[in-house]
Amino acid sequence: MIAATESALKKAALEVQEYILLTVASIRGVFSRPIYRHDIVEQLDLIGFGSLTVVLLTGLFTGAALALQSGQTLDQFGARPVVGRLVSASMIKELGPVLTALMLAGRIGSGIAAELGSMVVTDQINALRALGTDPVRKLVVPRMLSGLFMAPVLTAISDFVGVSGGWIVARVRLQVASGLYWSSVLKGLYMQDIWMGLIKPFVFGFIITTIACHVGLRTTGGTQGVGKSTTQAVVVASVAVIAADFFVTQILFSLLYPR
Amino acid sequence: MTPIESTTLTAKQVLSEPGAPVVVFDHVQLAFDDKVVLKTVSFTLIKGHTKVILGASGSGKSTALKIIVGLLRPDAGVVWVNGQRVDQLDEQQLMAVRADLGMIFQEGALFDSLTVRENVGYKLYEETDMPLEEVDKRVEEVLGFIGLLEHIDKMPSELSGGQRRRVAIARAISFKPSIMLYDEATTGLDPITASTVNDEMIKLRDLENTSSIIVTHQLRDAFYVATHMAVRDRNGEVHVVPATPQKERQAEFIMLRDGLIIFEGDADALRASTDPYIQEFLS
Repeated sequence: MIAATESALKKAALEVQEYILLTVASIRGVFSRPIYRHDIVEQLDLIGFGSLTVVLLTGLFTGAALALQSGQTLDQFGARPVVGRLVSASMIKELGPVLTALMLAGRIGSGIAAELGSMVVTDQINALRALGTDPVRKLVVPRMLSGLFMAPVLTAISDFVGVSGGWIVARVRLQVASGLYWSSVLKGLYMQDIWMGLIKPFVFGFIITTIACHVGLRTTGGTQGVGKSTTQAVVVASVAVIAADFFVTQILFSLLYPR
Repeated sequence: MTPIESTTLTAKQVLSEPGAPVVVFDHVQLAFDDKVVLKTVSFTLIKGHTKVILGASGSGKSTALKIIVGLLRPDAGVVWVNGQRVDQLDEQQLMAVRADLGMIFQEGALFDSLTVRENVGYKLYEETDMPLEEVDKRVEEVLGFIGLLEHIDKMPSELSGGQRRRVAIARAISFKPSIMLYDEATTGLDPITASTVNDEMIKLRDLENTSSIIVTHQLRDAFYVATHMAVRDRNGEVHVVPATPQKERQAEFIMLRDGLIIFEGDADALRASTDPYIQEFLS
């Protein structure tokens, strides 16, 4: 029992160590040559444009559901007209970044882990190294940069679509005038909220892509191993996003909202 | 001048001589956790010669090749490749050594998201400053050499197993390495396709003057490569013919068993061995 626990702890420590080494190597890879520019562009397209549909749909329905729920609650206080304030604050500060990140963890986290995992088990990673290419620079850096830059863009789009979804519900179901809704949206927003809504996705994009790359590159055990890595990447990235959300929120509160 | 540069200069002088050792394995040991893969393995590959490493699955053949390329690091022992100690170099320094090594992996390990052209020219496109027109020319030349030029714009998934192995050979020779490493290049292929791949290996060795290490458990293919040679006739056509005795002696066999070398010698010595394990392996 003790031996098993010790072995599990050692394994966990090794995983963390390897993850940190990979992220350090990736960050170093951003600032030194060679840089594979066309891979970065390709990944920006795959991660950014490729995730647009899922992010649009998630944002729209989340905003709509939020307006529906909060409209009912606000009615109890006769405050239905401020539904826009509630939707915008929730979407931009919390739901937009977190839900977009969870969608990205599912979509690109699984894709990256499966792709890199397949490359490992079919010796393509070894072939890359034998041909003189550093897999971290060629595969990890473009994905990490794309996650870093596209997550905030996608989150901003999701926020806007979410608030628009809320507007549709507010207008059609709650009978709130459009002008009232949008002025409420703007009233509920402070610059600090927007910063929070944009800084968080940077962190989430980094976490999702680096975890997926790490898990993918450590795949063993053939095609079954690829399946395991894919699942593991999504689960670990999703949990990490939610945990990171708590800590980043704490830090940003102390930095952006001084008492 | 860095120590590596000075070593390279000395190595260049030594390696320019005929009979120079291009790969040296000196008491190499490697274990994965409790499983010992290579106990104590020593051998030397001479410039222009062929070393055939035989052995059952799991005997450490492929591991030896990966150590040469620097994909794995030995626990003990010394590995020299072209005058560089690859067991001591870091990943960045290994890139220079790998520039002269062409490796063919089991199943080819082609990049499945790239076309045949992009696979073959990968190193030249991505890791050199060679102009694109020259890279394209070289890719077409290499694919022409192995007879797959008409498949240049196909994806690897559209090729047969044999064609994929040949594209892998083309990818490995595109940058003109002087040492070729074949990891089970003919395993799983039908005899006719395997024979085509064998001919490519012979042609590369004899016409492009590469030194080769062939890892296989396909005895028929190993003996074929060891006992044949490629010659160009007056019309420039290439023929694979039975090797001269002198040429045959340039192909040496190593038999690995449980991480140890149990035989080293030429094809005749291997056939004449009375070791029961080798006899069983040959039968």
